[in-house]
Amino acid sequence: MIKAVMVMNTQGKTRLAKFYEYLPVEKQQELLRGVFAVLCSRAENVSNFIDAESIFGPDSRLVYKHFATLYFVFVFDSSENELAVLDLIQVFVETLDRCFKNVCELDVVFNYSKVHTILDEMIFGGQVVETSSSEIMKAVEEISKLEAASNAITLIPKSASGWRSR
Amino acid sequence: MSGPSLMDSLFQRSLEDIIKGLRQQLIGEQAFISKALEEIRKEIKSTDLSTKSTALLKLSYLSNLHFHDLSFAAFHALEVLSSPRFSHKKIAYHAISLSFHDSTPVLLLITNHLRKDLNSTNEFEVSLSLQCLSRIANVDLARDLTPEVFALLSSNKLYLRKRAVAVVLRVFEKYPDSVRVCFKRLVENLENSDPQILSAVVGVFSELACKDPRSYLPLAPEFYKILVDSKNNWISIKVLKIFSKLAPLEPRLAKRVVEPICDLLRNTGAKSLLFECIRTVVTSLSEYESAVRLAVGKVREFLVDEDPNLKYLGLQALRIVAEKHLWAVSENKEVVIKSLSDGDPNIKIESLRLVMAMVSEHNVSEISRVLVNYALKSDPVFCNEILGSILSTCSRNLYEIIVDFDWYVSLLGEMSRIPHCQTGEEIENQLIDIGLRVKDVRPELVRVARDLLIDPALLGNSFLHSVLSAAAWASGEYVEFSRNPLELMEALLQPRTSLLPSSIRTVYIQSAFKVLVFCLHTCFVRGGSIVASASLNNLPAGVSASVSYESFDEFSVENGADASVVHGQTCASAPITKESIVNLLNLVELALGPLLGSHDVEVQERARNLLGFIDLTKPEVLNSAVQEKDDSEGKGVETSKIIKLMHDAFSKELGPVSLSAQGKVSLPDGLKLKENLGDLEMICGDLEPPSSNAFSFGSSYEQKDGLSFSNLQIKEDSEQTNESTSLLAEHRKRHGLYYLPSGKSELVSNDYPPANDPILQGDIDDNADNLVKLTAESLVPKRKSNHGKPRPVVVKLDEVDEKHVAMKKPESRDDSLSGAVRDVLFGCEDVPPTLSQSNLSNKLSSKRKGKEKQHTDPHAESKENVIDDGNSSLRRKDRSHGKERRHRSPRKKNAEERKETNQKEKEKSRRHHGRHKSRQRAEEPLKVSAQTPVIPDFLL
Repeated sequence: MIKAVMVMNTQGKTRLAKFYEYLPVEKQQELLRGVFAVLCSRAENVSNFIDAESIFGPDSRLVYKHFATLYFVFVFDSSENELAVLDLIQVFVETLDRCFKNVCELDVVFNYSKVHTILDEMIFGGQVVETSSSEIMKAVEEISKLEAASNAITLIPKSASGWRSR
Repeated sequence: MSGPSLMDSLFQRSLEDIIKGLRQQLIGEQAFISKALEEIRKEIKSTDLSTKSTALLKLSYLSNLHFHDLSFAAFHALEVLSSPRFSHKKIAYHAISLSFHDSTPVLLLITNHLRKDLNSTNEFEVSLSLQCLSRIANVDLARDLTPEVFALLSSNKLYLRKRAVAVVLRVFEKYPDSVRVCFKRLVENLENSDPQILSAVVGVFSELACKDPRSYLPLAPEFYKILVDSKNNWISIKVLKIFSKLAPLEPRLAKRVVEPICDLLRNTGAKSLLFECIRTVVTSLSEYESAVRLAVGKVREFLVDEDPNLKYLGLQALRIVAEKHLWAVSENKEVVIKSLSDGDPNIKIESLRLVMAMVSEHNVSEISRVLVNYALKSDPVFCNEILGSILSTCSRNLYEIIVDFDWYVSLLGEMSRIPHCQTGEEIENQLIDIGLRVKDVRPELVRVARDLLIDPALLGNSFLHSVLSAAAWASGEYVEFSRNPLELMEALLQPRTSLLPSSIRTVYIQSAFKVLVFCLHTCFVRGGSIVASASLNNLPAGVSASVSYESFDEFSVENGADASVVHGQTCASAPITKESIVNLLNLVELALGPLLGSHDVEVQERARNLLGFIDLTKPEVLNSAVQEKDDSEGKGVETSKIIKLMHDAFSKELGPVSLSAQGKVSLPDGLKLKENLGDLEMICGDLEPPSSNAFSFGSSYEQKDGLSFSNLQIKEDSEQTNESTSLLAEHRKRHGLYYLPSGKSELVSNDYPPANDPILQGDIDDNADNLVKLTAESLVPKRKSNHGKPRPVVVKLDEVDEKHVAMKKPESRDDSLSGAVRDVLFGCEDVPPTLSQSNLSNKLSSKRKGKEKQHTDPHAESKENVIDDGNSSLRRKDRSHGKERRHRSPRKKNAEERKETNQKEKEKSRRHHGRHKSRQRAEEPLKVSAQTPVIPDFLL
């Protein structure tokens, strides 16, 4: 089971945080800081694992990938395969890339909801439900359409239309 | 509608505005956020759902990335959730899954919203609702929504079905009774041909099997089929996870899966799957030699791979193998040892663990030496990692692998001097423990302790304080082995001890007391009369020889144990000895006087004890020093009596104490707990209140005075005995040799020599090669005659020390979830599920030989059973299960019929396949009567 997904930049600013069990925000912040403290001390070209048990408690593993200015961090337990999760990070980043055309940190910053939607299509309650980035894209596009459609009605809200006709 | 809401929606800032604003506020970020929060609090109360939902979205953002609590908005989130618009719902669900938890007060209000959305025709709405359920479900939600989840489990939309499968995990966990409703559908999904569904179901089962593998044994045939047929790596990995939990429980299952797993191992191209195969083999199938060989071969490929991830995982796998197959490590030892100097800390630590796994009693000293040198050059973290693993490996099972304790004790001393050493407490424990347990090592222990105590530089390092405490204790307790107790005394009382925490200072003072009593005793009581001292018996021949050699040559006037041993009569009558005793007493008084005003009661009390003792004995000592000869008359006798008493009190040997020792002591008959302590009063009576003492607490002048005094003493000493002090210690450390006749004439000129030597060794790679060589040699089986002297006796207390671990027995987790699962899988009639389980496994394991006909398993439902039913049922000894056999028979017929009908299609498939299919069919009646015991026929 995947316990958490985090994206943070090389300055330690959180760009995305998703915990699959409820944690109070203070605890989340503490964990993110703990992870970043370890991440930023690691050299390039070393393995993508961190000993997570000191941060997240027993039976937790952590893999991360470093892309440009962002760290993508997945925390999980012994029922996931480390290399498979690394692949999963790849899928996630590829999907972001497809979605935003050459994704960069700013895209993640300004598309808070969409990034969450993408992640939710991949991981459901800590379980991986989709690993094909084209499938994920398809669903995300559908959802965006649906959102746009429901917002299109909003463009002429009761209040606004009332105002115009006044 | 109304004015304010219109204004709100027109001028409301969107999430993007907030993000942009935040990016511009480099300094006043907090102020910006609190302003935004203020706006949000206002907006979220709006009656317009668009305004409300935008506010909620902004709040979620601030909560998620800037850690502001959004629990105050819980009810507003529910309101937004009730909006008919998808975009609002999405925002609301996002906020809810961020903030709701079991004790959120409005949690119960969400049930109907969720139910409505679960029944929606829009699959994305259903998905949102399921997602939310998977995050926030509690007992009530899980119970109330089980019917909806159950319906979705057979939804024809794959998108929803796999999510329903995934949500089942949370529902089961929170509300175990839902197993009775949903489990069958879940199992049906195992036969789904769609890889996505299958992946989700297998994922759920791998989570469930993690918690309680035994309950899922009956599903082994299904998993087996997936293992053999699956082409999807994700699914294969999950199935392997399941089998690695199931195989250890059921030997025949292990036997069955080992081949397909080996096939996967040989043929797969995916590293992740390959690694999972390796891990499964080495953790759960380690009895299958050929499989392990194959896996280790693959591990080697990982080890030599460029990718540090593979290397790391390879080392990890190797460590798992090492527990049972050490050969796998020695085959790869070059790689392992080279990895010690890898740039990646993970790899370094992993290879260190493997190196420690290779340690045996033959190579422990070589490996430790190289590793200690290695530690000197490593970064602090890895250094302590090394030290920690040396300590834990060497102390394993009461120092099982240590033969030469003298060596080990000096290694401990050496380790504590490493600059980054933070393992002081462990070293402390081991020094004391070894002192208590191993009699023969005590002389060396005292020597090591002296070297540590005498070095003033060490007192400044707070990590070393606990080691010093052990050293002080050892030198006090085993002072009779000391070559120069006077020197010890000075070390114990040196002014820099004020740097120690008071708890350790008390140990120093108490040790000083012991040393003092010993000196007095040697000088006055034992002196002339007793030649054959106790310490002579205890000293090993070699040590006492070297002592006598030195004594004759250099310190012919040295007092103390060895002197008295060697010189016998001369010692006691030697005037200098008495003089030095007087000096000693003065030194103690000088050093401990200020402590009478200490704020720490322990320190104060012990200092007072010691000074009280001195007050008692000093007049006599002075007296006898003046009179020189006449010390056996009058009061002198009384003093010696006191000294003797104290000495006897201290000379009782301390041993390791078993944890349960207290309970074993019965109250002796003659013990009077209220006996008059008149003697004690006499001793204490001499003491005066501390206020009368001239020295004030912490008076810097006095401190300095004392400092120079004892510095002088130390310098003097070290010059005198220039080979015995820190020079020799340094020398030894540098060359790693003992008892070198010192050729160097340099004096110890600086007051505080560096605690650690400059490192002279070559670079790390040299060391690695060195270690490779060493381990190469030491892994060759050696002749026993390797070590010169036999291993000394290590005192053991059987009950405590040996089977401390035996306490944790694997308790069968029989919580409600597994209970429910068992009920479903094994049927309700199968009275106590745990009992039958254990029966089953007992029988299975006792019949490991695989003679299928002899199986007496009452639940067995296999084709074999059907075929040679006649034989087996006749042979059955287990009469108590007659009832079950009776209701088995109709199912047997069923199975037989099916067998015939399916005969042709099965011909090609392998035997277990066939059996497996019949098992699948046999499960169909299960839907009708869930009670029928269904047990892995496949396993037989």
